[in-house]
This record gives sequence, C-alpha cells and structure tokens, in this order.
Amino acid sequence: MARVVVDVMLKPEILDPQGQAVQRALPRLGFEGVSDVRQGKRFELEVDGPVDDAALARIHELAESFLANTVIEDFTVKVEEVVEAGK
Amino acid sequence: MSRTPLDTVEHAAATPDVELPWAELGLKKDEYERVVEILGRRPTGAELAMYSVMWSEHCSYKSSKVHLRQFGEKAPQSDALLVGIGENAGVVDVGQGYAVTFKVESHNHPSYVEPYQGAATGVGGIVRDIIAMGARPVAVVDPLRFGAADHPDTKRVLPGVVAGIGGYGNCLGLPNIGGEVVFDACYQGNPLVNAGAIGVMRHEDIHLAKASGAGNKVILYGARTGGDGIGGASILASETFDDAKPSKRPAVQVGDPFQEKLLIECTLEAFKEKLVVGIQDLGAAGLSCATSELASNGSGGMRVTLDDVPLRDSTLSPEEILMSESQERMCAVVEPDKVDRFLEICDKWDVIATVIGEVTDGDRLEIFWHGGKIVDVDPRTVAHDGPVYERPYARPDWQDALQADDANKLPRPETSEELREQVLKLVASPNQASKSWITSQYDHFVQGNTVLAQPEDSGMIRVDESTGLGVAIATDGNGRYAKLDPYHGAQLALAEAYRNVATTGAKPLAVSDCLNFGSPEDPAVMWQFAEAVRGLADACQQLGTPVTGGNVSLYNQTGEVAIHPTPVVAVLGVIDDVARRTPVAFQEEGQLLYLLGDTREEFGGSAWSQVVHDHLGGLPPQVDLERERLLAEILISASRDGMIDSAHDLSDGGLIQAVVESALLGGKGARLIVPDGLDAFTFLLSESAGRAVVAVPRSEEVRFNDMCGARGLPVTRIGVVDGDTVDIQGEFTLTLEELRTAHEGTIPALLA
Amino acid sequence: MTARIGVVTFPGSLDDRDTQRAIRLAGAEPVALWHKDKDLHQVDAVVLCGGFSYGDYLRAGAIARFSPVMETLIEQAKAGLPVLGICNGFQILTEAHLLPGTMLRNDHLHFICRDQKLRVENAETSWTTDYTAGQEIHIPLKNNDGQYVADEYTLDQLEAEGRVAFRYLDFNPNGSQRDIAGVTNEAGNVVGLMPHPEHAVEPLIGTGRTDGLPFFTSILKKLVNA
Repeated sequence: MARVVVDVMLKPEILDPQGQAVQRALPRLGFEGVSDVRQGKRFELEVDGPVDDAALARIHELAESFLANTVIEDFTVKVEEVVEAGK
Repeated sequence: MSRTPLDTVEHAAATPDVELPWAELGLKKDEYERVVEILGRRPTGAELAMYSVMWSEHCSYKSSKVHLRQFGEKAPQSDALLVGIGENAGVVDVGQGYAVTFKVESHNHPSYVEPYQGAATGVGGIVRDIIAMGARPVAVVDPLRFGAADHPDTKRVLPGVVAGIGGYGNCLGLPNIGGEVVFDACYQGNPLVNAGAIGVMRHEDIHLAKASGAGNKVILYGARTGGDGIGGASILASETFDDAKPSKRPAVQVGDPFQEKLLIECTLEAFKEKLVVGIQDLGAAGLSCATSELASNGSGGMRVTLDDVPLRDSTLSPEEILMSESQERMCAVVEPDKVDRFLEICDKWDVIATVIGEVTDGDRLEIFWHGGKIVDVDPRTVAHDGPVYERPYARPDWQDALQADDANKLPRPETSEELREQVLKLVASPNQASKSWITSQYDHFVQGNTVLAQPEDSGMIRVDESTGLGVAIATDGNGRYAKLDPYHGAQLALAEAYRNVATTGAKPLAVSDCLNFGSPEDPAVMWQFAEAVRGLADACQQLGTPVTGGNVSLYNQTGEVAIHPTPVVAVLGVIDDVARRTPVAFQEEGQLLYLLGDTREEFGGSAWSQVVHDHLGGLPPQVDLERERLLAEILISASRDGMIDSAHDLSDGGLIQAVVESALLGGKGARLIVPDGLDAFTFLLSESAGRAVVAVPRSEEVRFNDMCGARGLPVTRIGVVDGDTVDIQGEFTLTLEELRTAHEGTIPALLA
Repeated sequence: MTARIGVVTFPGSLDDRDTQRAIRLAGAEPVALWHKDKDLHQVDAVVLCGGFSYGDYLRAGAIARFSPVMETLIEQAKAGLPVLGICNGFQILTEAHLLPGTMLRNDHLHFICRDQKLRVENAETSWTTDYTAGQEIHIPLKNNDGQYVADEYTLDQLEAEGRVAFRYLDFNPNGSQRDIAGVTNEAGNVVGLMPHPEHAVEPLIGTGRTDGLPFFTSILKKLVNA
C-alpha cells in the first residue's frame, strides 16, 4: 500500500477569489506579513500494489483528466508514504 | 533589462515604417489603413490595441449594424421608452416614478470552453450593465441551448453552465425567475448561454455612460486588473519587451461573485449620495472600451495614467492593461470635491478604488505610461466610427426544399392508443420535460419580491411593496421555426414572449434580444440574420413594443455547419398590482377550461415532428400579430377583473403540453372534450400561435364569454378541471402519477 | 411599545433587507447593524441573515465569524441576548461555537432551492413560541452547504435535551444527520436553521405561505412581555 498525493492548484495566472478573501482577512485577525494566499485541493489516493512508473503514469492520467481541470488548474503528483503490508 | 524605447505617440510619428502586427490582432488591411488615415501617422502599439479590440465584431457590430438600424428606424412610438438603444441597457418607464432596465447578452463561446466560469462571468457581465444604468439589479433569467440531451458533451457542458449560473447569481442575491433550456443537436459544440437581467430605479436615478465636466476625476474600482481575455495583445507585449517575456496569460476568466456583490452595494450607495456624474462597466475590451465610450459620449476629452491602474500581474504591458477583460471592475466619473466621499464608500465595502485620470477640456483621449503619451486619439473614432460591412447575403438554395418537406404530411397516430403513447413520449422528451432539476439550483426567493418564477409563463417581481406594482419578463426563441423561416421565426419568438407576459396578467412594454447566428461570412447565415432582424423589427413596430437594446452573437458554428438561427427575444411587461397575477397551475376543481384562439393543422417545426419523426421541414405556424395583441388584451383584462384563476400559453408541444403542466403544478387533473371541427391529434398537438388555455370560475363564465365575444376573440370551452387524471373524452386517460413520472424523470435521468 | 431587532450586514449578506421586512411585518422595529461596528446599538435581539458572507470562501461563515460585531454578539449571546441565525447566519453561529455541529456541502453536491416541509420540534425557544410542538410548516430552503453534521455523542445529547428545534419532513434535502434542519442552544435564546423563515411572511410572494412569520412574532411577544 502506498499513498499518492495529488495537489491541484489554480494556475498562477488565474484569479483565485477564495485565496484573496482569506488573504484580506488575515490582517484583521492579527496575522501580518502574508502577501498572498492561494487555495488548492489535496487528494490522497491509497494505492494497492507497487507504485511503479506505470502506476504513476496512470495516476498522472487520472489527475489530468479528472481531478484537475487543466483549463484552469495545474497539478503535482507525489508518493507520500509506503506502508508495509501487514502493518 | 534592456528595452526598446516605449512606443509613444512621438516615437510612432518618428518611426512611420515600423510594422505592427495588425493582422494578428484581427484587423483587416483596409481597417488598419483607415486607422493610419484617422491618426495621420502609424498608431502606437497601445492605440492599435484599442482600435483592434473596439473594431472587433463583438464590440463594433460591424457585420450586423446595417441591419440592426431597423430597430431604431421602425421603432414604434412609445411613451414608456426613457433610454433607447446605444446605452449599456435600455430603460423603460413602468409608472409610479419607477424605471426598469433590462437586457440579454450572450456568453456562448466561453461557456463551451469552461462551462462553469463561462456561464458565471456571463451573469456577472450582464449584471454590471444593469448597475451601470443606475439601477439595483432585481432578477436574472437564463435562456440556454445545448446539444442533444443524450450526447456525452452535453453532460459536461450543461451541469457546469447551470452550476456556474447558480454559483454566481445565487451569491449575488439575485432571484433567477425565468429563461429556457432547449436541446438540439445543432448546438453541439456551440451551446448558447444567454443571460438576462432586470434592474429597478427611480426615474431621477438613471445614469449614463458619459464623461463630462473638465476636471472631473475618472475612478477605476473593483477587482485588480490581470491578464484576462487579452488574446492578441500579448503579441504586442512580446514586441515591446525584447528580453523579459510576459508571464502566461489566462485562457479562462474566473468570476468572483463576492467581489461583484460588493461592487453592486458600493455603487448603489454612491448613486444614492449623488456622487456619480457618469459610469461605465468594464466588460469586453475593458479599459479601452470604458475610456473611449465615456469620453466620446461626454462633452470633453479624457486623460488617463495607466501606471495608476491596480494590477494583479505586474508584468502586464500597457497594451495588455488596455485590453484586459478582468471581471468585476467599473469606471466612474466623479466631481473633484466628491472624490474623497466616493473613495470612502469603496473603502467601507473593501473595494479597491483608484483615480486613474480626469476629464479634460479638449476632445482627445490621451493615455500615459511611465511618463510617455502612448495614446492620443479622438475617442469617437475608437468607440463609434468602426467599420461597417454590407456583408453579402442570399437565400440559401436548400431553403425551398426544406419548406417543401411538409411536416403536415408526416404519418399521424392511427389509434387512440397510439396518440396516447405519443403524448406520453412528448411530455417526457427532453425539450418538453420538467426542468426543475435545473431551476432548483437557482435561488428564486432572495430579495423577497418574487411573485412568479419558472416554470411560470413569465417571471414576475414586485417593484413596490405598498402599491403592489410589478414587472414581468419572458424570454423565448425557437430555432427550429427560425430555420424554416427566419423572418416569421423571429416574429414567433417575439409573439411567444409577448403572449407569455400577458398570460401572467402583465402588459408587454418593451423588447430586448439576443441574436445567435452562425458566421456572417456565409451569405446563407447572413440572409437568416437579415430576415430575422427584419421580421423582429416589423413585429415590434406592429405590437408597439420597441427594442431597447440587445446583443448579437455570430460565428456560432463548427466548420461549415451553423446553428439554427436563434433569435432569443425578451419581453418586459408591467402589472399594476401583483395580487392580480395569473399562475399556470390549476387552482380549483370544477373550474371551466377555455381555449382562446384558432387551432389549425400546423406541425412544421413542432415538438411532435421532432420527437416522433426526428423531422424538421415545412413552414412554422402562421403569425397574426393583431390576434396576439387581442389575445393579450383579453388575458390582461381577465386577470385584472378576476375572471380567470389560471392561464397557460400554448407553444411547443401544443395544448396537451400546456394542460399537463397546469395539472401537474396544481396537482389537479382535467377532463377535455375534442371540440367540433377538430380531430384529437390536431387539437392536442398543433402548435398554432396566438392561443392560450384559461381556467374560469363558474361564477365568471358568462362575463368572460361576453368579453371575448364582444372583442371578437374565438373562444372554445374544452373541459373542466377535475380529478387526478388527464382525460381526453373518447380517446384516452393518463393519470397524474404516470404523467409526473414521465415529465419529471427525464432530465435527472440524463444529467444527475 | 415594540422591540428593536438588529440585522447584521456582512460583506456578501443577501437577505438583510428581506429580514428587516419580516421584522417590520411582525410589528417590531428592524435595526441595521454593520459587521465592522462592535456596537449593537442596544437592540433587544439580533438576526444573522442568509447570504454568502465573504463569498462562502474558506468555509461558509468562517471569515464573518471573526468580524468586530461578532465579538460583542458572542459575549451578549452567552449572557442571554436572543440570536437567530438563518442559513449563512446558522453557519456563522456554528463557526463561532454558539451552536454545536457544522454544515457540510449538500450530499448531492448541488445548490438546492425548494419549498421545504419542516416539523417544529421545540416550541419553547425565544424564536418559536408562536408555534406548537409537532407543528408542520413549509419554509423555503436554498443553500449549497446545508448538510448538518455533528458527532454521535453531540447528536444524542441534542436529542435528549430537546435541542433539535426543526426537522426536515418527507424529504431530506441535503443529507443532514437525523434530518436536522435547526438547533438551539441550551438556554433557548440562540437558534439556528438552514431554511429561510423571512421568505415565508407574505401571501403572494415566494411560495405564497406565511409559515415563517411566527419566528418574528414569537420574539416580539417575548421581548414586549419581558
């Protein structure tokens, strides 16, 4: 078993109203010095079997076609942890 | 960083031989030469950016202008029209000191590329048009057209569009009260996402897009400017900078309804304190459009410093800033001593506001960047003197064959059982089925003034709480009719919207339209367009309802195949007291059902011909505008005098469709008798125009019949509200339960 | 003698004017309160109305909950000030921990707008005395994030203490646990619900029912008789 994390973020050139609203609220809560906030989505995929190149390629395809809307979003895929079988 | 010299006016004059990428910006050679002629020199990059975007089809209406003139030339005399074509939206007097502004626009292509954001920003744009007239937006409507209901891409596009409209409109607090959803394979790849909005104001609050009074300040407020929607201007940018390439420009614009809500509230507060001399929203062509239109409509010139524009992306070039279409921005002209108060109000609402320029004595629009003058033009030449094309048009050679393929000759049901099956199939077909899965994703109740919302014949909003004054709006357009005969198809769209408004008890006052067509470079499409405009202008003249404004969307086609010509017509009406409104739903058992108008064998373009035979041919239903006017008068009088308790207009799907909808909404059935002289098939399914079904309380029967008789409107008693079935005497019976399953199950099954 | 009931406007509030209208129709005096103003201007009760404060960004109600007005409101609500949270107002009250539980996105993932049937479970709160326990009413519902959730222990406690104020009937429109449409705090002065009583106060308008008016007449009676 392994966990693969897909992070989906709006492309840098795309307006992020949510991040902006959060950023504007920060000074009111006493958090200074944060000049920009962008909000994204994190997907944690628990994958059966080995995460080899083929598996990663499939996850990449899944992220590209389904998890992210590549018209407006970028994504990254990374293997986070490998849990030993039986643990 | 090494830079080529800034392309100032001075620099342009000194370097006449520099080649500019006018073709890449969409200008034709003669158009570019015209710009050079106007300026007496080559344009600067910034000037070229402005001319190219303002002279585009979208902004200049260069292909459609020669035809659209008819809306003005044939405009009927109307005391109700306070502001006509040419402003952000038309304004209509609805009495008691109130004025109403309304408009329909298209956001078709962006909604195909990214359905959610495309549709959302479409709502945002039309709402800013309404605010820019000085009005508080009070409702939105959304006429939508998609490809075949069972096509996989429809399942991608439709849910996104609906969620986008809801996501944006709901967040703004605008009730969605009307519109339509139509499926047809011709819209595959070219969905039509039209958005309409209505706003209300007092007469004295009407605002116009003009910059007057030298010394007055130009304030840009709302969202920061990013590289949204600038397309070709990046070419200019990359020529301005020789080493630092600009960062990537977004292909899709993201709407921020929260920002727009703040923009509405802060603008209305500024209006209330009389701080605004002129105002313009930033939509297509952004600052290029706002500055050139404000300046050319006012008495003076304008000077703008682009360095003062708040940016989201610091790599933007001046050309890109001028062309940016970033959403949720507005531009106001404010007297100097009121600027502080204006900025204070913006600050109260957390809206960024910046003085970017001022009105000048002269008649030039001058724009500065880093101290250099990069634009020096007569704003009228940018905003109003764009090219005008007399595109060739010709009746397509297939039109005769299409009309000769008569739908009235299609095989009809031979038995009652077969007729019953076809009726059931029809009310369950995607176009005739209930759209509540879609409309329940829109807020109908917000603002607490919604009297009627879809699936009623028209949406109705109360304008004044104490008097009950209200306005109604309906949008209609049947592309199948218009394909068969664009002239009469456009008139039928108007007739249906006009009838829908009257059916709810409101008096039709004025028209807005959204004309969706294929490529104007195809003479056949251009003929459809010319015919539709001529038909609509003639019909508006005859019905006394002027066109107050609207929008043209061309190039809705894939390869050589254009969409059906689809003129969508919105009619606005007024009702003195919303307590008198007439709903669609049957109210009480025992009430008598009357059919108003004449029923002929008319099946060309009908829902029956599409659903049962997958056929499009013949001629659309006949148009009789005098009959429409009479029918409307009867419906309005009957509503005012309490003679009818429910009413439903007859259109696609014919009488049975109307009766089924009234029955399901009211939870009460009906017994119908086929009138003498008609066969059951024609009675139930013909789509003859100029008709409605009304339910009359028995106590009003004599009075109602007398009124119709005296005014010469054919009226036929066809049955009674009764039971929990729809029963066609001697033919068949359908229970409300099976009708409900058929009518309400289709859309969720396809899309949920 | 009447009562003054405050309605807070946050950036993105939508139903502030509608709520003021409902208060007026019930016979009380509506008072506009502003999110940046800590002062509640001596109102006798407060309604946090529906809308999308701060665009529902981050989480519905999460940013509004930190507004200056909320500092005073939280303090006074704990001391007994009657507070009604409608829709976004309910979400703000849960974010502020004045009411237990929280709202997730509707289980069907769509915004939903419908005429919703409810049962009044608790007719003894400050806002529900003009109903009878078990009364069935129709109130418009319209939201994106209306799925009420809490842990089982909290839910059991709410049930045991009669703090489930309203329950969805016939159809659960958003997947709320135990069909919960609204809850109250222990003292009964703070009530939150997802449906919109302020949109059911006039015949002809909206759904044409007036089932929501008793919210506002209940509080008025309580304040006037106090």
